[in-house]
Parts: sequence; structure tokens; C-alpha cells
Amino acid sequence: MSNFSTIMARLLEAFRLNGQLFILTLVFALPLGLIIAFGSMSRWKPLSLLTRTVVWIIRGTPLMLQIIVIFFAPGLLGWGSPWGAGASGRFSAATVAFVINYACYFSEIYRGGIQGVPKGQTEAGQVLGMTKSQIFFKVTLLQVVKRILPAMSNEIITLVKDTSLARIISNKEIIMMAHEYTAKGLIWPLFFTGVFFLVFVGALTLLFNALEKKLDYFRC
Amino acid sequence: MAILEVENIYKNFGETQVLKGISFSLEQGQALAIIGASGSGKTTLLRCLNFLERPDKGIIRVNGDVLFDAQDPSTQLEKEIRKKRLNFGLVFQSFHLFPQYTVLKNVTLASELLTKEQLKHQGRAALRAAYQDIEEQARMLLDQMGLLDKVNAYPHQLSGGQQQRVAIARALALHPKILCFDEPTSALDPELTGEVLRVIRGLAEKKTTMVIVTHEMAFARDVADHVIFMDDGVIVEEGRPEDLFSNPKEERTRQFLSRYSSSN
Ligand SMILES: Nc1ncnc2c1ncn2[C@@H]1O[C@H](COP(=O)(O)OP(=O)(O)OP(=O)(O)O)[C@@H](O)[C@H]1O
Ligand SMILES: [Mg+2]
Repeated sequence: MSNFSTIMARLLEAFRLNGQLFILTLVFALPLGLIIAFGSMSRWKPLSLLTRTVVWIIRGTPLMLQIIVIFFAPGLLGWGSPWGAGASGRFSAATVAFVINYACYFSEIYRGGIQGVPKGQTEAGQVLGMTKSQIFFKVTLLQVVKRILPAMSNEIITLVKDTSLARIISNKEIIMMAHEYTAKGLIWPLFFTGVFFLVFVGALTLLFNALEKKLDYFRC
Repeated sequence: MAILEVENIYKNFGETQVLKGISFSLEQGQALAIIGASGSGKTTLLRCLNFLERPDKGIIRVNGDVLFDAQDPSTQLEKEIRKKRLNFGLVFQSFHLFPQYTVLKNVTLASELLTKEQLKHQGRAALRAAYQDIEEQARMLLDQMGLLDKVNAYPHQLSGGQQQRVAIARALALHPKILCFDEPTSALDPELTGEVLRVIRGLAEKKTTMVIVTHEMAFARDVADHVIFMDDGVIVEEGRPEDLFSNPKEERTRQFLSRYSSSN
């Protein structure tokens, strides 16, 4: 019994790393994605072309590859080691890779959402003497949020599960931890790993459903 | 003196010349109807007046002040265009109400944002008092539109005719000197056009200065003080409605009107 509870405690401890990676990725990638979206919609062609190319590359290659490249490339190219030693360095590298990857995915969702708002909404705001930022924050934004919520919730739920990819550079996340127990002949920790993910994803699903319901009061 | 003078407006989109030298003027308190076939440039003209398009050539004056002169970049500064827009109101063919706001908020939003900027350095109390005035005025306007029972509804809960009346109230809330309508009833079911036309007629009786693009010939004849017939980017003929509709001088006008009287 005490064996069970120590293992569960260690799994939970490892799941904290997944949780931290998840939260940090959201905190940085949500706003960064918006900036990238504006870049890709820029009327200055070089900027939009560059942004769209970067987004295309990031979305077209595996996240796992990006994590490896971001972690090892600086050292191999002789740029020194920006990540620092030990677990915290590996975690930083994974976080940076996740933020870049997810910002690119979010940017495409934002772009679709922003371009999906009818031009008439902006023009109605303009004709009423609103500034560009007033139009964005007071007219467009909430309509964008409503439009992108389903796609965003999908992406964010995928992020929860993707966090386990961090193990590729030896971040001790939950699946890696459970995997170690299989070497000792224990299979059930892997099963509980799945339960942890399900609970997390279930909670997020409830949250997003509540948000969608909250925005149900208008149609656009 | 005319409240609005439009002088020799040209507008191209790439290779297509859409407006080819439009000039007209409008007196305070008058209603001008613009008629013409599809693609003749009516919407583009209204969009130029509202600074949604920038004419390639020409001058726009309001009360004698040059609002826009294609030759003079100092009349085209982004900051000032915003203020200049407020001389005009525009009611769109397809309403473009803000879906996330109630009817009342649709009408008050722009005024509130403007007031907030103007009262930036004054206390909260001043702002609250101003907001109260804005709301009261909005309620009066909505009452005038026959929508007092809908102030708390959201746009999707209204019929097209009701939405268009909200859009009219929203435009009026900023007290434009000249209110423009772009085919305000074209997106409506026939049984709903009456309620919107009635509201516009009411505005004409109150001497609201208006430019109305419309395909409703009977309405134009009835409400307008002056009618312009446009074709292919030019004004072919203009005059008093009773003259233009009963006694068109130009062949093109005659053809256009006969097509309309036979199809309606
Ligand atoms: N943004 C644009 N880019 C290119 N061409 C345009 C643009 N806007 C309008 N046009 C063209 O300009 C011409 C005039 O259009 P406009 O909408 O002003 O006509 P209209 O008189 O309002 O027609 P309708 O009665 O159908 O509303 C059309 O041939 C149209 O295709
Ligand atoms: Mg039109």
C-alpha cells in the first residue's frame, strides 16, 4: 500500500512538470501568437511573407524535432549553452520550443478568426468615428474570441497531451516516470498516467464548454 | 450656402474607372435621392463621402470648409479623417450592427467612446453624468424609431427592419450633419421595407439633411427634394423629382425609369 502511494506521489510530482509546461506555454504563446498573426496579415509584404514562411516551417515539422534542435543546436553550432545545466536548462529549452510551436498554431487560428469578422463591422466602427484600437478591442475582439473558441479548445487540449514530448530531452514528465516503473515490472503506473491526463483534459473541456455557453448570448 | 459640395470626384479601382467626375451640392435640410443601375458607382460615391474610399481626384466641402482635396495631402491626415467622418453618418444596406451589444449599447457605444476621450482629465462624476445623457438621448432616438421595447434585445433577436431602424438610430446618435443611406431597404423582405421607409420619411419631415441611394422610385419621388440619376460613373441627369420622374430629358434616364416602372 505504501508502495502504491509513493508511486502515485511521484507520478503526481512528475505531472507538475507537464502542468508547468502547459501553463508557461499558454502564458507566452497566446500573446505571441497574436503578434505573429498581425505580422502575417501585415500589408508590408516582406513582413507577412517572412512570418508566413516561419509559421509554415514550424507547423510543417514535428514538435519533437523542434525540441531537439532548440536544445542541441546552440551547443553544436558553437554558440555556447544558453540553456544552463541540469533539469532547469532542459525545461527552459522545452518551454521555448513549445512556445514557438504553439504560438504559430495559435497565430493561424487568430488569423482565421480575425479575417472571418465581416469587413462591415470595421467599417461601421470607422464611420462612427472609432479609432483602430477602439474598433479592435470594442467591436472585433469578442467576435474573434467567439469564432475561435472551438479551434482554440482543441489546440489547447492537444497541448496538454503534447507536454509529454518534453521527455525527449530528458525532462522528467509523467510518462517518462511511469515508463521507468515498467522496467521494474510495474505496468499500472502507466495506466494512472492516462487517468491524470483524462482528468486534466476533462476539466479543460468543462471550462471551454462553460466559456462557449457564456458567449452564446449573441450570434455573429 | 450649400451644406455639402462635391466637386469633380474621380475614383478608380485599378483599371476600372468607377466615378468619372461627380459634382453636386446639397442644401441644409434637404433630402437628395441618388438612383441608377447596379454598378453605376452609387455605393462608391457614398463611401467616398464617408472616407471609406479615397477619391483619386476632387474636392469635398462641408459648410464651405474643404474636408477633402485629392491635391492637398494636408486634408488627408489619418487623425483628422476620423473627426471629419463625423460630419457624415452612413446607414449600410446590411445594417452591420455590433452583434455582441444590446440595441441600446449599439446606439450609445460610439458616443461613449468619444466622450471618454474628451473628458479624459475630468472626474468620474462628469463622465457618469455624460453617459447618462447619452443613454437618455439613445432612448429618445429608439423611441422615435418605435423600438423602445427592444432596448435590451440583441441584434440577432430582431427582424431586418428592426435592425435597420437600430442602425439609423446609431447613426443619428452622433448628430451627423449629413446622413447617408445606401439602399437601406434592399436587404429586407418586401413587407419590412415600409417600416424603414416610414422612419426615413419622418426624418425628411424634420428637415434632416440626407443623401439616399435607393431603388425605391416611388419613395424617392415622394421624399426627395432633389434627385440625381447616375450611370456608369457620371451624373446623367438631375433635378426636382417631379421633373426627373415625369419628364426625363435624357434618353438613358428614360430607359432606366421605364425598366423600373415595368419591373415594379
Ligand atoms: N473595392 C473595389 N474593388 C474593385 N472594384 C470595385 C470595388 N468596389 C466597387 N467596385 C466596382 O465599381 C463599380 C461600381 O460599384 P458600386 O458598388 O459603387 O455600384 P452601385 O451603383 O452601388 O451598384 P448597386 O446598385 O449594385 O449597389 C462596380 O463595377 C464594382 O464592381
Ligand atoms: Mg451599391
